[in-house]
Amino acid sequence: MKLTGADIVIECMLEQGVDTVFGYPGGSILNIYDSLYRYSDRIKHILTSHEQGAAHAADGYARTSGKVGVVFATSGPGATNLVTGIATAMMDSVPIVAITCNVTTNLLGKDSFQEIDIVGVTTPITKHNFLVKSVEDIAPTIRRAFKIARTGRPGPVLVDITKDATGNMCEYESEIQDTSVERTIESDENAFKAAIELIESAERPLIYAGGGVIAAEAAEELKRFRAKIDSPVTLSVMGLGAFPASDPNFTGMIGMHGTKTTSLAISQCDLLIAVGARFSDRVTCNTATFAKGAKILHIDADRAEIDKNIKTTHSIVGDAKLVLERLAKTVKQQSHTEWMESIYKWKEEYPIHKPYGDSFTPQCIMETVNAAIGRDSIATTDVGQHQMWAAQYLMVERPRKFITSGGLGTMGFGLGAAIGAQAANPDYVVVNITGDGCFHMNMQELATAAKYELPVIDVIINNNVLGMVRQWQNLFYEKRFSNTTLDKKTDYEMVSRGLGAQAFTATNKAELEAAMAAAVANRTMPTVINCITNPDDFVLPMVPAGHSIEEPILDIDEC
Amino acid sequence: MNTDTHVLSVLVENHAGVLNRVSGLFSRRMYNIESLSVGVTEDPTVSRMTIVTSADGDSLTQIMNQVSKLIDVKDIKILSLDNAVLREHVLIKVSGADVAGVMQICNVFRANIVDISSESMTAELTGAPSKINAFISLMEQFEVKDLVRTGLTGLLRG
Repeated sequence: MKLTGADIVIECMLEQGVDTVFGYPGGSILNIYDSLYRYSDRIKHILTSHEQGAAHAADGYARTSGKVGVVFATSGPGATNLVTGIATAMMDSVPIVAITCNVTTNLLGKDSFQEIDIVGVTTPITKHNFLVKSVEDIAPTIRRAFKIARTGRPGPVLVDITKDATGNMCEYESEIQDTSVERTIESDENAFKAAIELIESAERPLIYAGGGVIAAEAAEELKRFRAKIDSPVTLSVMGLGAFPASDPNFTGMIGMHGTKTTSLAISQCDLLIAVGARFSDRVTCNTATFAKGAKILHIDADRAEIDKNIKTTHSIVGDAKLVLERLAKTVKQQSHTEWMESIYKWKEEYPIHKPYGDSFTPQCIMETVNAAIGRDSIATTDVGQHQMWAAQYLMVERPRKFITSGGLGTMGFGLGAAIGAQAANPDYVVVNITGDGCFHMNMQELATAAKYELPVIDVIINNNVLGMVRQWQNLFYEKRFSNTTLDKKTDYEMVSRGLGAQAFTATNKAELEAAMAAAVANRTMPTVINCITNPDDFVLPMVPAGHSIEEPILDIDEC
Repeated sequence: MNTDTHVLSVLVENHAGVLNRVSGLFSRRMYNIESLSVGVTEDPTVSRMTIVTSADGDSLTQIMNQVSKLIDVKDIKILSLDNAVLREHVLIKVSGADVAGVMQICNVFRANIVDISSESMTAELTGAPSKINAFISLMEQFEVKDLVRTGLTGLLRG
């Protein structure tokens, strides 16, 4: 049947099982929005306040559903407003497809109104991108884009289509798309043999798992593998949820703000097994001293991650689910009683959760939120101190339930991601942990949540400062608080109500409990809870940049 | 060629923007490009890039892995003097004051004179980089006015 390019775009979305897209219309993408109007019974479009919010929403949708997220934007500023969202997805390996439309082909390259070479702009921050100038190429390109986004190490793909291509007609035949993920192992038998030998000869193994375990849906395989090799498990911030936070064998998060137990385990293990993780600088801190007594086995879907940041002893390149499954089957049952006892002892000696009495500390806020949201909930975060507190204190038990900008560290990510998460999981409680700095970056998306009756809960850790930067100024810049004291005149309750949310202020645990109860009970309206806290609460433990992970600052009096 | 210089032969899809993807990858990952030449192959949908880079062994593996990840890259191989024919082309314009001297050097190298005027002479030579370097250094005595090298290109032997 003959269809316009715009209709083909939407048909291709339906082929892929897309039910929701996030976006913002404009001149060049008018044809596609005209098609959306006619297909509105089959595809839901969520109109955000800003394209950046739409990109983060597609990202949150993808991370919490495991499906490919989709965002639409027009040419020029519409497309460039996606850039931070696409880069966020790239750094965290999130499968999204961004469809942008460009000016008509004859206006390309002439600095036309709202013309931008968005393919050029996004080349470094996409897994791949395409410029489509002919209607015949639209369907094959979009099909390929989805496949690239979800295959291997996932990532964002951008398809830029000229306006004339969306208006022209061509023959279109619907094709059933296989949307399942192709899982493969690149490494051969020898790699497995070497890995098994390493594991079976280790006395003090430690598993360090990252977001790759979640992307590969390998949490169950990780549990089985761990039980087989009798090892503790640590997670990167991207890995939170890949292993239950409440499991006694979990040492807590790894890295700059990881637990002391993890730091000790890293420095004393004799085999570090990294799975779906990439030894980011925020994990290793100082690569020269990181796990220096250990052999390193690296399992990752992306060959280019092997030996990139840390030199490995052996590696297996392949899908984490398949590799862990095979290892769990073939490795002989191990037992490391003495090693596990020392892990349990450290956990008791250096607990991350500590008594806080009556003070309204970040830990108190996280624990109160955690208790209120229950099991069927998703937490998103913005970036800064509150993000690390959320990572440390929220008990993330399952994959795809803790959504954070780990690689790019994008302030303003959380609310957009929460909207996407809520759209993908309407029955879940979705809470965004944010700060007063981050709240101001993308608070306009509260209007989006309100309009679509998405009951996301925005919990602001309001300490009146850009806390993480202030923490560094405190420690390393002799308390010269350059531009980190916010002192805004914002009336948080008023602005939130103005955008269509219900709003509360909490200055103690009881007030927060009451506000959370009201928030969780309201399934049609977003909620903002403004928690007033102390500007000089620190995120601890902390390994200062360049220092060894073995020596985290545990107490601020040490500084 | 010193041990740190490597020649990569990369087969890529022949369409707009591929050069940008490859060279952009090198620059943003701080890899070095000494020369890059590109042209279409016997299959018009495929181009071959010959990239000369300097890197130690570990970095070379990284470069290979990262380049292989690009969706437009179909194949990548390392070329060396042992396994490949490597050639470069040079055009060199020198002063026309000493015609006999220039001709003598060109004859030794089997270089061709492709342009001549009262002021200048232009010679061309194709060969392995070492031969090109030797030729250029001998031509320098005739006052080099302009010089262009294509960068290395090559094919696996056999």
